[in-house]
Amino acid sequence: MLLMGKDKGVAAMAANMGKYKGRSLWADAARRFARNKAALISLGVLALLLGFSLLGHYASDWSNETIDWGRLSNIYEQGQPNLESGHYFGLDHVGRDLYQRAVQGSRISLMIGVLGAFVAVVIGALYGAVSGFVGGKVDSLMMRLVDVLSAFPFMFLVIVLMAIFGRNVLLMFVAIGAVSWLNMARIVRGQTLSLKRKEFIEAAFTVGVHPMVIILRHVIPNLLGVVIVYAALLVPEMIMFESFISFLGLGVSEPQTSWGALISEGADNMRSTPWMLAFPMTLLIATLFCFNFIGDGLRDALDPKGN
Amino acid sequence: MLSFIIRRLLVAIPTLLILVTISFTLMHAAPGGPFTNERKVPEAVMKNIEAKYHLDQPLWKQYLYYLGDLVQGDLGPSFKYKDHTVNELISSSFPRSAYIGVLSFVIVVLLGVGIGVVAALNHNRWPDYAGMTFAMSGVMLPNFVLAPLCVMIFAVYLKWLPAGGWEGGRIEYLILPIVAMATSYVAQVARITRGSMIETLNSTFIQRARAKGLPRTHIILRHALKPAMIPVISYLGPAFVGIVTGSVVVDKVFSTGGIGQHFVNGAINRDYSLILGVTILVGALTIFFNALVDILYTVLDPRIRY
Amino acid sequence: MKTLHLFAGATMLAAAFTLSGCGGSGDEPVSVAPKAEAAQVSQMDAKSGAKQPGSATTRMHPVTGEPLSAEQVLVRGNGSEPGSIDPQLVDDSVGGAVVNDLFEGLTSSGADGQLMPGVAESWSASEDFKTWTFKLRHNAKWSDGEPVTANDFVYSWRRAVNPEVGSNYAYYMEVAGVANSTAIVNGEKPITELGVKALDDYTLQVSLEVPVTYLPIMVSHYTTYPSPQRAVEKYKGDWTKPGNIVSNGAYKLKEWSVGEKMVAVRNEHYWGNANTIINEVVYLPIDDTVAEMQRFEAGEMHHTNTVPVSQMERIKQDMNDELISVPKLATYMYQFNLQEKPFDDVRVRKALSYAIDRDIIVKYITKGGQTPAYSITPPEVNGFHYVAPEISKMTQAERDAEAVRLLNEAGYNKDNPLVFDLVYNTSEGHKSIAVAISQMWKEKLGAIVTPTNMEWKTFLTEKAAGNFKVARYGWNGDYNEASTFLTLMLSNSGNNDGKWSNAEFDKLLADARNSTDPAPFYEKAEQILSEEMPVAPIYFYRGLRMVSPQLGGYATNNPLDIAYAKDMYIKAQ
Repeated sequence: MLLMGKDKGVAAMAANMGKYKGRSLWADAARRFARNKAALISLGVLALLLGFSLLGHYASDWSNETIDWGRLSNIYEQGQPNLESGHYFGLDHVGRDLYQRAVQGSRISLMIGVLGAFVAVVIGALYGAVSGFVGGKVDSLMMRLVDVLSAFPFMFLVIVLMAIFGRNVLLMFVAIGAVSWLNMARIVRGQTLSLKRKEFIEAAFTVGVHPMVIILRHVIPNLLGVVIVYAALLVPEMIMFESFISFLGLGVSEPQTSWGALISEGADNMRSTPWMLAFPMTLLIATLFCFNFIGDGLRDALDPKGN
Repeated sequence: MLSFIIRRLLVAIPTLLILVTISFTLMHAAPGGPFTNERKVPEAVMKNIEAKYHLDQPLWKQYLYYLGDLVQGDLGPSFKYKDHTVNELISSSFPRSAYIGVLSFVIVVLLGVGIGVVAALNHNRWPDYAGMTFAMSGVMLPNFVLAPLCVMIFAVYLKWLPAGGWEGGRIEYLILPIVAMATSYVAQVARITRGSMIETLNSTFIQRARAKGLPRTHIILRHALKPAMIPVISYLGPAFVGIVTGSVVVDKVFSTGGIGQHFVNGAINRDYSLILGVTILVGALTIFFNALVDILYTVLDPRIRY
Repeated sequence: MKTLHLFAGATMLAAAFTLSGCGGSGDEPVSVAPKAEAAQVSQMDAKSGAKQPGSATTRMHPVTGEPLSAEQVLVRGNGSEPGSIDPQLVDDSVGGAVVNDLFEGLTSSGADGQLMPGVAESWSASEDFKTWTFKLRHNAKWSDGEPVTANDFVYSWRRAVNPEVGSNYAYYMEVAGVANSTAIVNGEKPITELGVKALDDYTLQVSLEVPVTYLPIMVSHYTTYPSPQRAVEKYKGDWTKPGNIVSNGAYKLKEWSVGEKMVAVRNEHYWGNANTIINEVVYLPIDDTVAEMQRFEAGEMHHTNTVPVSQMERIKQDMNDELISVPKLATYMYQFNLQEKPFDDVRVRKALSYAIDRDIIVKYITKGGQTPAYSITPPEVNGFHYVAPEISKMTQAERDAEAVRLLNEAGYNKDNPLVFDLVYNTSEGHKSIAVAISQMWKEKLGAIVTPTNMEWKTFLTEKAAGNFKVARYGWNGDYNEASTFLTLMLSNSGNNDGKWSNAEFDKLLADARNSTDPAPFYEKAEQILSEEMPVAPIYFYRGLRMVSPQLGGYATNNPLDIAYAKDMYIKAQ
């Protein structure tokens, strides 16, 4: 729902893309992207965050689940972030090392973001492409179904899914992804419809190129741009979605954690142990900024009109 | 146009029916029922309770009972809030959420479009950066952090505003809920408006208008704003439904008694009739506002016809 | 027949007031000034803030002599939205709290949990404790001015067991042993067969199937409160709505706004109306503890329903005087599933229970003055003779050594670790405890324990189906007597999800039920539990509240956590 506006922009961009088919599209895009400073820096920061989430745990002797019993008695004072004690980010409310939890939470949140977006994009793109290609009655039926689903209060669906599959993180990714593909389907269908009518495709048809080849050579590459941009913007949405589910207490299970879970705990504790909110919040905001800049960068790079 | 509206209305009925069916199946698939309780009651007692609410009947019969009542406009008794019917719960909570929602929506449109246009006109200058930084932060600050933060600052420390309650919708009780509700939407609208406005300003017909030497404000207000609003409208249609049907966070933090609480509580308590009632409400509103958006398109872009 | 208790209303009120002084200790007025909901004065009108200070008209409290505020509007934190306020349908503590203010039963619970007269002035039992007679006061009235009679109780008790009403608490009548209650609930006998009779308008006779010495305590529970037949029959399901509702307590419902508040006002017809000081009671259903705390700090309520553990240190530092910790007859436990290996082995169960450092849990995790539990029944329960079990006398180091020894004996050690999931339902508090205890087990016993969060109804369903190994378990006593706890562990109890079964234990409780002096049986039963460890008791709950220094008369020592609004008062600033 939140994505409708962006979709329009993406759609408009994609419409322009069709005009510039051919050899140098991707090379051009890469060159344009490289000229976008914000996007490049974001890519760097994101790489650092990824490194942090994958390797960060080597930098500390604590683990994400052991309790520092000695400091548990006075987290208020002794649990503050401290380089000497090795608790770089301080302790959480049960005396666990927040740094290690942040590292581990980053891994989960990034994974949820990417996997959730991936599921949504794959389902959406396939659904939209099929609907657009086949056309006719099937198309209108498939699109009615999308309308029905978009009228559905998804919060309820998510809670029910959590109730059923709650203990499995993987299924949670699928559940979140599975409720977010509707807009992707709409966009891809629209693109497919308009691509079908483009001169170069029609030309290929008249010359007698096999439809499969047309799809693979001309349609898919053109769709890929839209899909990539959309995916980059969908990742932060997924991360936010996960944090909301964690706020409801239905997120990942202990001893695992996620940014959402950390932030939700931090929000409860913000008046006594503010560091519990500050660190995960910083990580979340940095990541979301990065994905947004990268998404914008990709959009500009893949949209030749922006030149 | 008229036939379009009639067609949309006709489609709405089967759509809602499908929605009810999906929700009905789904909620019965979730483990536990409305009367599953930590304090287990003897079997005979449980049987009596289930019989009272027809839960001892086969599912298809329960479904038909429900549809039968629904046709008469009766959404059934709430399973959790035993002293209320779902009709009562919705009619007392929805107006509150809608009131907060409509006020939030006005702010979203004015502020969001305003910031977006200013940013676009000052593309890559400081108002652009300032506006977009605000927009990004707004999108990124989860409202379950923003809402308690606002209460802490404005109610606990400064004591300017009450920390919660409704009190007949007096303005001081509305300010913080509106802030919590509107912030992320303002941010989204600002971003979309900016993007769309920049694109429109770069388009050939605006360039031509500039070449003709028309005054800047005239170009912006007369020519650019209208087409630039199309993506904003397509966002605002469904967003409007989201705004007026409230938010769990707002209801939880401010005890406004809005409808947002029922989305989560209904599902957690397995309050079957309440979930269905809320689903139908949201479904109907979504269908209605999607249709409204399509009509607005024809106003904004004369090329679109139905 | 021998008369057991006789109270005069005046004594009771005096007792309530003397004991209430402890509610707000600091005399200094604090900036936290609860807002008067009734006064149509906006909270932000700071100019009108200093409302008529102690003028000549200032009322004094008749017992304590404290100056009273002119506006006696009490704002209570009430946790969450009540499921119902129909006395026979209420099945949650938040509904119970409202019903306790709106209605009055035969007896009530005093500031320290002592038995107090309610509608009944006196009561007596037959020699065998199977027939009880309650004498009702003649001046008790409903809020519509009609007298409260014995027939009102007959009507409501029948309602409680009536299958058509479908009350969750129908079993309460069975626990009380009221004659024919089980047969009626099962639909085998008509409701008129229930063992309750109105001998005349002001004499109620109750016949029991077994001797129940503590019946007067049991009839202070809301399920046994009277219901107004005329209103129930006239308005059916709508009878509890403001405008329709008729109640016999100190207050009557004026407004009910779901998710926002409930408002009750003084019942002019209440027999003790002259002694009631609070004019209006507002109940706020705020289930988010942090949000509730913020509203308390913003000065919008007089007491909270609970206190966020996450802010305990800050609260203890900054506002310790306002934090109160009320005893509560409730036990926090971990339940073992005996149908799952190796939890059928008593050594494994004991080892796990011994390795829990309960002092760390209550001091640093729950932080609210809870006490470590080594028995299911809280020691302070009425008529229960608590004998400290062996485990409670050991030091934690001794317990740990014993735990390691037992687990080794059972065949588990660091090389062959015990692996299981520890299941709890979604809640920040349960999570913290599960995390800490699973770490204790991991570090002391080498067990590999995964704390597993489950959504509430899923948790209940899975647990009832026996799909768990170790699960969180909590129990709130319904009435102040040991059987409310011990009956949980009966072989045939619906609440015994771990399926522990012990013939001797069952027999002891059966004997206790038929005895007029059950204490020795309870003592033995509790001993068996401590040897068998079907559940690991962890701590006894405390009711935590923030209470504004402006509020007087708040009962801070009632073990059932009951605090009637009619006993409270707002002090002048």
